[in-house]
This record gives sequence, structure tokens and C-alpha cells, in this order.
Amino acid sequence: MKKAQIIVIGNGMVGYKFCEKLKSKSESFDLIVFGEECRRAYDRVHLSEYFNGKTAEDLSLSTATWYEEQNITLFLSNPIVKIDRDFKMVYAADGLSYAYDYLVFATGSAAFVPTIPGVEKDGVFVYRTIEDLELISEFAKKAKTGAVIGGGLLGLEAAKALIDLGIEQTHIIEFAPRLMPRQIDPAGSEMLKSKLADLGLKIHLNKNTTSIEGEEKIIAMQFSDDTKLEVDMLVISAGIKPRDELAKACGIEVGPRGGILVNEKMQTNDPSVFAIGECALYDGMIYGLIAPGYEMAEVLAANLCEGNKEFTGFDMSTKLKLIGIDVASFGDNFIDEPDCRTIIFENKHKGIYSRINVSNDGQHLLGGILIGDATAYNMLLQTVNNKIVLPENPEELIFGSRSGGDGVEGAGIVSLPDSALICSCEGVSKGDICGAVTNLNCENLDDIKKCTKAGTGCGGCIPMVKDLMVHTFKSQGKYIKNVICEHFNYSRQELFDLIHIHELKSYDEVLNEFGKNDGCEVCKPLVSSLLASLWNEMILKKGNDVAQDSNDRFLANIQKGGSYSVVPRVPGGEITPDKLIIIGEVAKKYNLYTKITGGQRIDMFGAHLNDLPVIWEELIAAGFESGHAYGKGLRTVKSCVGSTWCRFGLHDSVSYAIRIEERYRGIRAPHKFKSAVSGCIRECAEAQSKDFGIIATEKGWNLYVCGNGGSKPQHALLLATDLDSETCIKYIDRFLMFYIRTADPLTRTATWLNKMEGGIDYLRNVVINDSLGMAAQWEQEIENLISSYKCEWKEAVENPAIRKRFSHFVNAPEEKDPTIEFVDMRGQKRVAEWKTV
Amino acid sequence: MTETSNWLAACRVEDAVENGGVCVKNGEEQIALFYFKRRNEWFATQNECPHRKQMALSRGMIGSTTDEPKVACPFHKKTFSLHTGECLSGDECGAIKTYPVKIDNGVVYIGKYPK
Repeated sequence: MKKAQIIVIGNGMVGYKFCEKLKSKSESFDLIVFGEECRRAYDRVHLSEYFNGKTAEDLSLSTATWYEEQNITLFLSNPIVKIDRDFKMVYAADGLSYAYDYLVFATGSAAFVPTIPGVEKDGVFVYRTIEDLELISEFAKKAKTGAVIGGGLLGLEAAKALIDLGIEQTHIIEFAPRLMPRQIDPAGSEMLKSKLADLGLKIHLNKNTTSIEGEEKIIAMQFSDDTKLEVDMLVISAGIKPRDELAKACGIEVGPRGGILVNEKMQTNDPSVFAIGECALYDGMIYGLIAPGYEMAEVLAANLCEGNKEFTGFDMSTKLKLIGIDVASFGDNFIDEPDCRTIIFENKHKGIYSRINVSNDGQHLLGGILIGDATAYNMLLQTVNNKIVLPENPEELIFGSRSGGDGVEGAGIVSLPDSALICSCEGVSKGDICGAVTNLNCENLDDIKKCTKAGTGCGGCIPMVKDLMVHTFKSQGKYIKNVICEHFNYSRQELFDLIHIHELKSYDEVLNEFGKNDGCEVCKPLVSSLLASLWNEMILKKGNDVAQDSNDRFLANIQKGGSYSVVPRVPGGEITPDKLIIIGEVAKKYNLYTKITGGQRIDMFGAHLNDLPVIWEELIAAGFESGHAYGKGLRTVKSCVGSTWCRFGLHDSVSYAIRIEERYRGIRAPHKFKSAVSGCIRECAEAQSKDFGIIATEKGWNLYVCGNGGSKPQHALLLATDLDSETCIKYIDRFLMFYIRTADPLTRTATWLNKMEGGIDYLRNVVINDSLGMAAQWEQEIENLISSYKCEWKEAVENPAIRKRFSHFVNAPEEKDPTIEFVDMRGQKRVAEWKTV
Repeated sequence: MTETSNWLAACRVEDAVENGGVCVKNGEEQIALFYFKRRNEWFATQNECPHRKQMALSRGMIGSTTDEPKVACPFHKKTFSLHTGECLSGDECGAIKTYPVKIDNGVVYIGKYPK
């Protein structure tokens, strides 16, 4: 039997979701999709991330081959231009025509451009597609000031884009007396406005633009109150208008203010024609959010597969982060007294505004608004949607979230019914998520995402999904042991002791003795790290090379494109002019990009795998050694110049930093670790941001531990004061061994301490008072590691078997990878961007 | 076409990396060859990881999940089945091509056409 043919007009997010949903339900349709844009459907919700370095491909919703794999015919840059409903035919821009049994409009919307004289001028843009973004970003290079018309959700997104593009002064022009008029109330708007102003945005409310001035290019905006604003560019983001022109032209009914009229089955006045997403008008409303669009796709897909689903409107609650500020509204956000009782909390100092609307009998939550801190959003939304009876003091719902909210949030989850919708993008309920844990044995977030799709849309529900997962574990009495992976039923610490006691030296021996099957990319680097921490043998010997992580495997950091970077050790950041010249010469000879690192050394990028041994041969001959920038071990010991030159310096911080760096170089640990030595309290070496940091005092050295830069900065804590040089090193020895033995895999010292019961006091007791009685053993162990240190690059270049592995092609050892591409930038090379399809 | 012309002589058995991969040049194409000694099996796949289009799979770690042999790309640890080429990381990277491998007289041959 011939399959029924469905034609989808539009390849946006909702059109794509419809294809995905339909294909997952049935194979009995032929699906043809026509897209107007030149790209496959992409994530328009996160469009502004395009300016933060995400590529068009990153934003794409599917892989290049997905449509083909699903047997869907996809036409891009080929819009439908005409529809003949009598013959059930569509005509595409390329001149060809196709017959349909069912026709689906997923044409979305276009930016609404008000009729202001001058909107056609150069420098005036809309904010809708990747093409728009490309035009904006090109133009922004020569612009200093910019404005956005529209203070709604999309307008604020566009303003963020202008900030990201380096526009020095960005203005927001809003016709209404407040920002985000559909989501937040006047008081919330005031709070948001002052937070945005702190970020340098100029907000103009009650402003009506009457004309755009300039010859060919915009130079200023004229307003109805006779004021004027000079700008170099303008982005119009004043709302959307449904793309219903094609439907209208073929006699499909549309609403008086636009939008294709549909019933609860998404059906138009022609029974074989449907509309979904932002082009559809249901019950007098256009749904401009992603979750209702997906729901429409689901309803239509189900009904075409002989299901019986209805679209009956959708909760328009939203939570988003605008330029780093939480903004959320839920339920009936604008209902006011006397129809309800409102509870408002405002903290101007922290920029937090919370409003909840409670029913007059105090029983139920009706809706609310959150600005500045929306951590309570999920729970509040659930409380509204599931009509959960409020506690005696409903204000705790918003105050509770400030103090971590564990009690309120935790208790809240339990009281939710199984039908509570947790992920509204994918329509996943609490019951689905708990069921995935209980019946499908999901043990982590990824499993749950795979099984239920929860959290794969906007991602806002992920914290709640995690809480539900943990709660379900607990209720099952399931003990989650921190085992390494499916191959080793031990924790890292257990395996450390086992390898130690049994004196195992290679990954294969460890797997044979204590593991099962073939290992994987999780346990291999972990075991390799343990072996290195215990025995400090050359990491590429005894078959351990193939058990090393990417960087350790080739003793260099793999970079975008597949080239490597080279970092020689420069202890304490002290280097002679001759050695600087050598680095320059080597970099020149092998055409490497050079950059000073944050750890006071020099990184050389863009080395071919084949060149690594010869580069190192030259560096070693000049007296350099491996900097272990690729390893989970000691990186650098940064120093200020100290008392040898500095008029404030108390001690010789450089000499001490060199001594420490040379003492711990090459020692491998659960994660990388860094150190610094400052010669006085001015702290120029930034020692308090390091895993261990040392600061000179009048009487000796102060030792700080467990600091961290990176994504979650944390100051180091003072472990001991006024130490002499020897004692300070003794304490560091003990501290490091304790860390190496007990930390979880890939855990920095800061996190390790955060998880430690008793915290810094306990740690101090272990290190200084030897409360575990381990100090002597640890000092001996670290002595063994220090005395067995060898430069592993020296060993590598001198060993022909290891050296042989530094070639790209096994059958053409002299040839380098021809696919690595470099481009020019500021007189040096840089690697070409991630390739897109 | 004869039987022999469908096979590319890639390298000698001792040139391959035990429990790891090497990259084989086949004209313009790059093929990753894995000698899974632990399972006494050979596998060949495209060298390019479909996630970020990097020529890198031959430098990845191999292993197994349940009993499925797999390789993890060194860039972002996307994993692929060595049997079927299917992406096992659950995020729709797309599958990779896999090729037949045979050993004859100490020489490793890779089929020129994907399985």
C-alpha cells in the first residue's frame, strides 16, 4: 500500500520536533520538509549563544545525516510559494510541485517591524535568524552605540547580543511603561531595570519612536516627546507576527490580527491542512514559547497516528536568565487584590524581587513573579499546577529558597503527585522520572535523559530531575557506592590500596586482578593515575600507554584540529635570556604559536604529532624538561620576584618556589594542582588561589591550602602560620599524600576539602598533629616519588619503541595529518575553527 | 573486480598498537585500525569523529560497555561501537563507518568498502 504523504512547510524548532515525534510513533508516512532558511532546524531559544562562541552547527537540533536516516526528504533554501488545495499540491521555489495527503504549516513567525519612517535604512536590523545575527555582528564591528526597540524577552536578548559584540553603549527603547510587560509587574520591572542599569544598559520606558534619521545609514532616532538619541545601529525586536501569508493566499482561515486558525486537533478549516507552533492561532492566542509549540507537535503527530490528543491551551510560565539575571513568572502572575492576597519580598541591596499570589482562603498558590533569584521557580510552579495546599506560612516558599531551600524543596518533591509535569518541553511527569529510576534502572542524569528525554529541551527542570532521582534512590534504600565504572566495583581509594598491597604495575594486571571485561575510558586513566601516583614509573611503558588519557598518551595537550601544544617547565617562572632565545628559535623552526601562560611559562601551540619528539629533543638539549602541562599533577609554582629585587620583599620567594616546583614536579594526583609563593603580604603571586600557597611573613611562611581558580573560584584557607622552610615543606608533603590517597577521581583539592567531614580543622589535625598516625609513612612515600623522578620526555625520545608511536599514519610514518588547518591571526598562526558540515 | 583488490594492506601485525589504535592512510581517506588484543579482535572504522569532525579516533581509548567493544574520541569522549559504528553516548552524533579486517601471513588487511 502506498504510504500517506505528509508535507511540512517550515524547518524550525517545532517543524523539526513534529518530524521527530511522528517518526518515533509510526513508519507509515512519507515525510517531505521544505525549509526557507539554508540551515537545518536550529535552537532559536539559545540564539544569543552564537555570540559566545557557539557555532551554527552547535545550535543545530539534529545531525547532518538525521533526516536521511529517518527517510525524511529535506529541502533547504526552497520555500513553498503556492498551494493548490483542490489538487492537494504544493509548488516550491525551485519550480517543482509535490502532492500531499496532509499538509502541515510550521512556518513560525517573523519579527514584527512597526511602520516607523526610516526602518529601511542601513544599520537597522531584526533579530530572528542566524543570518540576522551574522549581519548584526558584521555591522557591530564599526558601531559604538546601539539601540534595541522592544523591552520584552526578545528585546532584552538582543540587547545582550549587542553587549557581547562589544557595543560600548546600548539603549533599550520600550513603548510600554515597564519592561517585559507580559511577564512582570511594575515593581518587578523597576528591580530588573536597576539591575540592567548596573550592567551599563540605558533603559528608556514610555518612549515612542517616530522616525529613524540619517541619509542612507541610521544616525539617530526621533521620539514623540521631541527627544532624540544618536545611535550607530538599531535592532528591532518589538514582537512577532505569524507567517500566515501562504495559508491566507490559498484560502485557509486566519485570525483578524494574523495567525492560522486551528482547533484543538491543530486542524484548519481544511481537514487535511494543519498548523503548529508560532504560526497557529488557537482560541485567540499565539503561543510564542517553545514548550507549547512542542506540545502542538505532539498533539498533531499523535492524531495522525490515530491517537486522540487535544491541545487545550498551555501554561505560559517561564523562567529565564537574561544577561545573567533570573527572571521568572508562573501561573496567574498578575492577579491582584482583592482577588487574592499578595506576598511581596524585595531586597534592593541584592536585587531580588519575589511576589506570590495566594488565594484568599490561604489554601493555594495562584501565581507569582521572581526577579534576581529564581531558584524556587520549579517548586512554586508545581505548587500552582498541582494545587498543593500551602503551609501555614506561605512566605517560607520564597524565603526558604534563600537559605539553600533544602528543607522546603526536598519536602516539596515528596508531596507532588505522580502526574506533576516536571519537564514541560518534553512533557515528562514525576511518575515517568521516578519510573525510569525504579523500573529502567537509570542511575544518573544521562540515563534519565536518554530514557525519558526530560531535561533535553530548555534544561530548566534539571535540578528537579536530579532531586527526584536522589529521592527515589533513597526511598528504595539504594546505597549509591561511588564505584569507578562497570569494570571496577571499587572506589578510587579502595583500588589505590589494592594496587599498593598487591604491587601491581600495569593497567592490564589491575584489570585482571580486580576488574572485569575490557575496561573503558573512565577506569583506564584512573588506574593509570593510581599507578603513577604509587610507583612513578614512565607512564608509556608496560602497555600503559593505551590506558592513558588523551594528553598523557602523547605527553602533550591535544588542541582543536588535532595538533598539540608544548610547555617546558620554567620553575618559579625564572628563565635566562638564553633559554628564552631557545624557545623562540624552536617555535620559529616548527612554526608554533606562542603564548605566555597564567602559570609564568610559555606555551607553544600547533605542533604536529610527528614533530613532538624532535621538538623535545631540541628543548632537552638546551636544558629544558617536561612541564607536565598535560598531566594530572603539579603544574607550576608561581612566584613574585621577592626580596632579591623587591623593596617590600621579606624572603626570597623565587628560590623557594623553584625548590618546591622541583620537589613535586612529575608527581601525579587525582587532578592537576598548582602552587605559588609570595614574598610579602601584598601577595603578587596570588598564592591564595592555589591548591597550596605560601606567603612570607616577618617570622617565616604562612601556608594556605585548597584554593582554586577556575570555574568555581575559592580562596585557600590558612593551614599554619610562621613556619620555617623545612616545616613548611614537611606539611606540604603530608597534605599532598593525604590528597593523593583519598580524593575522588578528578577532584581538585578545594572540592576534596569541601566534602571532607570536619573541614579545615580536621585537615589541620591530620597534617600538623598527625591524628591518623600516617605522617611518617606519607613522608617516606613522597620521598620515594621525589627520588624516582625522571623527565618523561627525555625517556620518550630516547626509547625507539615509544618514539615510533609519535606518527600520524602507521603506513606513512613521515607524513603529517593533512587535515590540520591553520589560519593567520595577528602575525601568528591559529587553528581553523571546528569544521561545520 | 577480484577479491584481492578489495583489500588494503595496512601494516604488519607488530606495527599495530596492542589494545589501542593506529591511523591508516588510504589515499585521501583515513582509517582507524584497532587491535583489541584482550578480546583477540581487530576493528577498523573511519578516523574522523563525527561530533567535531576531528581526525582523532585512532588516538582514542578502547574498551567495552556490557560486552560491546567501543572507542572513545580523545576530544570529548564520545563513544562509538566498534562493531556497528553506532554512537553510544546517546546524543545523536551519528554513526561512524566500520570496515572489515583480516590477517594474512602477518599482514593486516582492511576492506576498502565499509561494512
